[in-house]
Amino acid sequence: MSEIKLMKGNEALAEAAIRVGADAYFGYPITPQSEVIEYLMSEKPEERTGMVVLQAESEVAAINMVYGAASTGKKVMTSSSSPGISLKLEGISYLAGAELPAVIVNVVRGGPGLGTIQPSQADYNQAVKGGGHGDYKLYVLAPASVQEMADFVEDAFDIAFKYRAPVMILSDGLIGQMMEKVSFKDQMERLSDKEIIKRYDDWAVTGKTERKRNIITSLDLQPEKMEARVGRLMDKYKRMEKEDLRFEKIECDDAEYLFVAYGSSARIAQKAVKLAREKGLKVGLLRPITLFPYPKQQLFELADQVKGILSVELNTGQMVEDVRLAVEHKVPVEHFGRTGGIIHTPEEVLEALEQKIINEHGRTRHHKTRESSIL
Amino acid sequence: MTEEIIIAGFGGQGVLSMGKILAYSGIMQDEEVSWMPSYGPEMRGGTANVTVILSDERISSPYLKVYDTAIILNQQSMDKFEESVKPGGVLIYEPNGIHHHPTRTDIDIYQIEANRIATEMGNKKIFNMVVLGAYLKIKPIVKLENVIEGLKKSLPERYHHLIPLNEEAIAKGTQSIVSYKVEKQVLS
Amino acid sequence: MDVLDIIKPENQVFCKTKLMTDTTLSYCPGCGHGTAHNLAMEVVDELGIVEDTIGVAPVGCSVLAYDFMNVDITQAAHGRAPALATAISRLWPDKYVFTYQGDGDLAAIGTAETIHACNRGEDIVIIFVNNGIYGMTGGQMAPTTLPGMRTSTSPYGRETSSMGNPLKITELVANLPGTYYVTRQSVHTHKHVRKAKKALKTAFENTRLKKGLSFVEIVSNCNSGWKMNPIESNEWMEKHMFPFYPLGDIKVKGKLK
Repeated sequence: MSEIKLMKGNEALAEAAIRVGADAYFGYPITPQSEVIEYLMSEKPEERTGMVVLQAESEVAAINMVYGAASTGKKVMTSSSSPGISLKLEGISYLAGAELPAVIVNVVRGGPGLGTIQPSQADYNQAVKGGGHGDYKLYVLAPASVQEMADFVEDAFDIAFKYRAPVMILSDGLIGQMMEKVSFKDQMERLSDKEIIKRYDDWAVTGKTERKRNIITSLDLQPEKMEARVGRLMDKYKRMEKEDLRFEKIECDDAEYLFVAYGSSARIAQKAVKLAREKGLKVGLLRPITLFPYPKQQLFELADQVKGILSVELNTGQMVEDVRLAVEHKVPVEHFGRTGGIIHTPEEVLEALEQKIINEHGRTRHHKTRESSIL
Repeated sequence: MTEEIIIAGFGGQGVLSMGKILAYSGIMQDEEVSWMPSYGPEMRGGTANVTVILSDERISSPYLKVYDTAIILNQQSMDKFEESVKPGGVLIYEPNGIHHHPTRTDIDIYQIEANRIATEMGNKKIFNMVVLGAYLKIKPIVKLENVIEGLKKSLPERYHHLIPLNEEAIAKGTQSIVSYKVEKQVLS
Repeated sequence: MDVLDIIKPENQVFCKTKLMTDTTLSYCPGCGHGTAHNLAMEVVDELGIVEDTIGVAPVGCSVLAYDFMNVDITQAAHGRAPALATAISRLWPDKYVFTYQGDGDLAAIGTAETIHACNRGEDIVIIFVNNGIYGMTGGQMAPTTLPGMRTSTSPYGRETSSMGNPLKITELVANLPGTYYVTRQSVHTHKHVRKAKKALKTAFENTRLKKGLSFVEIVSNCNSGWKMNPIESNEWMEKHMFPFYPLGDIKVKGKLK
């Protein structure tokens, strides 16, 4: 571990990209994540490691540059924010279909449309439920600190190459723009062209040698072949659920009530846990670190222990659906969240727990309403 | 120890950089820190604010509703954040341009005439360091030598010759902060 | 001479292009794509660069180019081939990177990627087959469809006042500083085939110079889409396409002709 620095989440992510030996970054400016490409450009990564950084003419071009680079076995990433990710979805679907490793970062802002540049978690469904066309999923990592913005770059590349699949880091304007302490691992060597050719000889397009030639495509006009391809993708996702699920339990051991929250909301909910415990309420927090795979089993088990669950998200209620599916009606599950770029405060979150779960459902284990609502 | 601070004022007053120096100073003495700015187009000319937290424990929410200390540098911020100081907390403000002075009696209120002092020192840009000095007099949560280290970290090297001036500004702020007494409101 | 004499190696005047696969071409009989594929692969073979060649296939009739060209190929989303090629060429500067695209792919949905790759002067080869129509999807109007030309989406002829004018994208990219070699060829006669092959060879060789992008348009027929037999379609091409899309070099060694 090297020196401790004070950095924005976006900058930490960019520095980590250089440190893990990424071969290329292709991007297009958009608030609140432009610091990523600004930082990369100012760091002269071409000189530091030989990493290629290019500002593309659009998000569409950028994701397709990622596709091109990934086709050749290179370690490549892009980043954007919500409207830009919508543009990238075509390319993301192709990456999934063609089984290419790549890292895509979404520093989420509020929507729909041009929306707001302020933080939001309204892209949960887009990230977790596919987003682009076709039967595919993304492995989704949700950092909740500047340190995780840095650490997850390496984790994301590891998963991307383990499964030959695109991986998303789902951050938001709060984590991207805030500064915290961060430390970095030492510089990792980039793979040489020779090593890449040797290592990914069975699939990467690096020029046809004695081997059978390699083709990268997502097209299979024969239905049986296409079904087999989709089946192969589904097998990967099952394996991800088995081998690479990540979550964090905070004060759950004696919890009678539970928050479920990821990313920036998890930080805020963690403070709400503290405020609750100061009031004598036994509240815990389950933080999914991966949004796909999702800690379904952990929630199912916690539902036997707690009296009610509040899903805290900076949106009108997206992840709450997954919480309800996991809990299978064992206990009341409600949603709380602000939108429009407004960030809920820890006090608001605790109040919502008291109103929607403790008071509403305190006397009975049957819950009357399933409506998620915004304060 | 956990200190939760909001610094709010106009863009260009050095609000964000003051927060950054404070955060860096915290790092220099092994504190956990977070620095959460308002961001976007409002940053130039409009209002800017930053939430800074220093703590010896893992920091949970970087975004807060109430603060131990509010440092307020314009009227809009006074209107917005006076109510956000925890009872028993501290409000420090720069009176220049403030028409509606704070009225709470359950917090400690201080004034620092940082504009005048910075002007007298011949460099308006050290305004925020005067304010920082004033703050550190009331809440000496970081040592001066760590602030200087923090300055070195957050200033580009080409400005390092200005560090003695900044140090002087901090000292002036420390000497010049005065307590402000809220007049009991007469109800009519 | 009997058959046995004829098939002696020294009498051989033509053989199947080495770098074409044994897969039967899916193109309509009479279509220019097959010849254009052949030429590209002959050039790669003759330059001895197969180990260093990476192709990018488009969406359109030639979406399955990777089934026929026996080189490493990645297949792009519609219009995005120049973006893929940009990244590949930047990361593998010693490789020969080419895209193979039709007019809908390159000059409509992929206009931005085409223009910006050309403008940045990426060291790649773009092979652009222009037949003035969307062949694969069944003969709809393309950006290059001639004025008055009938297609399934301009059934009464392309009305330029409402449907816009055909886009001469090749002239357009020739005017960008990043292109080094821009030429327009055809493959409908032996003479034209020889010229086109020479142009393709120049384009691939240019990759090594690192002086900018080489852009080879091949004006071709689409007898199915144009609803003609192959001979008629070639005659129609000469009569109508060539006056609008004149053959020849447009930019050589970075200088406009």
